Amino acid sequence: MDHLLQLKNVSKTFGEVTALHHVNFEVGSNEIVGLLGDNGAGKSTLVKIITGYHPPDSGGEIYWKSKKMDNLSVPMARDMGIEVVYQERALADQQSLWRNIFMGRELSNRWGLLDIGGMTRETQKLMNTAMGFTSSAVSPESSVGTFSGGERQGVAITRALYFEAELIILDEPTMGLSLTETKKCLEFVDGIKAAGKSCIFIDHNIFHVYPVVDRIVVLDRGTIAGMYMKNELSMDELLERLYRVARTGNLEDNGKAA
Amino acid sequence: MNSIVEGKPLSPVTKTRSFTRFLRRWSLQIALTLVGILIWTFFLWRSPITFKSYAIYNSLMLTTPFFALVAIPLTLVIIVKEMDLSFTSVMAWGVAAYSITFRVTQNVWLGFLACLLAGLLAGLLNGLIVVRLGVPSLVATIGTQFLWRGVVLVVTNGQGVGMSEVKSTILYPLLVGKIGPIPMPFIWTIVFGLIAWFFLNRHKFGAHVYLTGDNVESARLMGVNTGRTKILTFALVGLMAAFSGFVVSEQLLFFWPTLGDGYLLNTLASVFLGGTSVFGGTGTIFGTVVAAFIIALINPGIVASGWMAYWTQLIYGFIIVASVALQAVLRRKFS
Repeated sequence: MDHLLQLKNVSKTFGEVTALHHVNFEVGSNEIVGLLGDNGAGKSTLVKIITGYHPPDSGGEIYWKSKKMDNLSVPMARDMGIEVVYQERALADQQSLWRNIFMGRELSNRWGLLDIGGMTRETQKLMNTAMGFTSSAVSPESSVGTFSGGERQGVAITRALYFEAELIILDEPTMGLSLTETKKCLEFVDGIKAAGKSCIFIDHNIFHVYPVVDRIVVLDRGTIAGMYMKNELSMDELLERLYRVARTGNLEDNGKAA
Repeated sequence: MNSIVEGKPLSPVTKTRSFTRFLRRWSLQIALTLVGILIWTFFLWRSPITFKSYAIYNSLMLTTPFFALVAIPLTLVIIVKEMDLSFTSVMAWGVAAYSITFRVTQNVWLGFLACLLAGLLAGLLNGLIVVRLGVPSLVATIGTQFLWRGVVLVVTNGQGVGMSEVKSTILYPLLVGKIGPIPMPFIWTIVFGLIAWFFLNRHKFGAHVYLTGDNVESARLMGVNTGRTKILTFALVGLMAAFSGFVVSEQLLFFWPTLGDGYLLNTLASVFLGGTSVFGGTGTIFGTVVAAFIIALINPGIVASGWMAYWTQLIYGFIIVASVALQAVLRRKFS
């Protein structure tokens, strides 16, 4: 099978803490992968390795479209087409909306002079379309700190979308969102599938993850505990296995354990 | 989109809205300018003889730049949520480097270059200690403050050095001469203020300065090179401290090894009164420059009004504490 992204034997230790332990993980093209796991399972660490924020421990390999990527950095990952919507949204609260949308990738000429007109125009356009901001109190100059949780998520998602990513990673995107905001967020994941792109969807809540994904990967204490195509098992079965893994570290009954 | 086209008759409404938005956005700068005018009017009323003469403005334009030139880049350091207390010694270290170079080469220009380079290196060192080693900048720069003052005292043997040789070069009129009634240091302050404003507001570097100070984690996640941004701001303070030290020494035509000692308080007061937040992420060059002149106005104003000059330090201290406290209150209110 053709993989868009492939991690081979990736480990990550912080001092004495092993966050990831010999993880093999891949994402196919136009595949939505649900990444489940309890707090501290290593989900966020895995994401930060994929985005070049943390380098993996030596021995770990990262492949993008079957090409080995060494010394992956955040700008490199972005250029390749990996976009992340972080758990903490990764916004700068006191800065204006347009500065947040273009954070780290400001439109500028080759002398580094900012194209402020261009950025505010694009932001205004995105506000009217993707973000669905209709209130006239909000402008591209509004500071993001005044926005509600859903609006902030809208900003983070729109930012990922704007730069035409091939792989979009959503790190607990529904956290702190209202019911309607969550629904909107899940529709957005369906939109990624329809657009022919790939996605890693990370969440605690299996009721959010299950309906929209193709494949589910369960991470437990830094290792891959299990991997299922969605049609292999029902949501109830999955739920039961997740409880079991939280208790015992094993996804399946002892007799069937892989 | 449509509503904008259809909304043409609404334009007076949007006009007043954009006016209130303008007021809200620049409220801090407007308030600061008004405070400056108020203080000036007060002194004008208390001591009309002093404040109606040109002499006081000449001296303000001449001496305010000595610390305003450092307050401008220091604003960037405060915006990235760091602190630099070493610039007072770096001012002297720069001129010491000039002095040594001149003694060896007998070339004023080479000496001037060495001065700027020495400042730049001292600033880079601060940046590297803070960013690469992770030492809190407050502690790191208190350390380098003592370090550079120590280096200056050792190389000068604690003795002052005459600098009259500079008088024969164009550097003298260029840095401390006059254009009409305007002293050159004032012009340099405006020039560097404009350059700093430009880079802070119209260049990628400035965008990264704001983002780094606002939320360093978010900025890093979004691919901003926060370490490099911080180091660069420290380097700029070092460079400008050396430049300012050179201007001061040239004005006096003498280099005192204690040069810079009296500038810590009014430089910091300028930055904080100017509305730059100790919590990072906000601040303006305009605010710093206006505040520097307000700070500079206070000392002669107090003396001319017939009060003891001892009040000056008390007022500077009060200004720093009050503006930082105000920032903390405003921050809690809006977040």
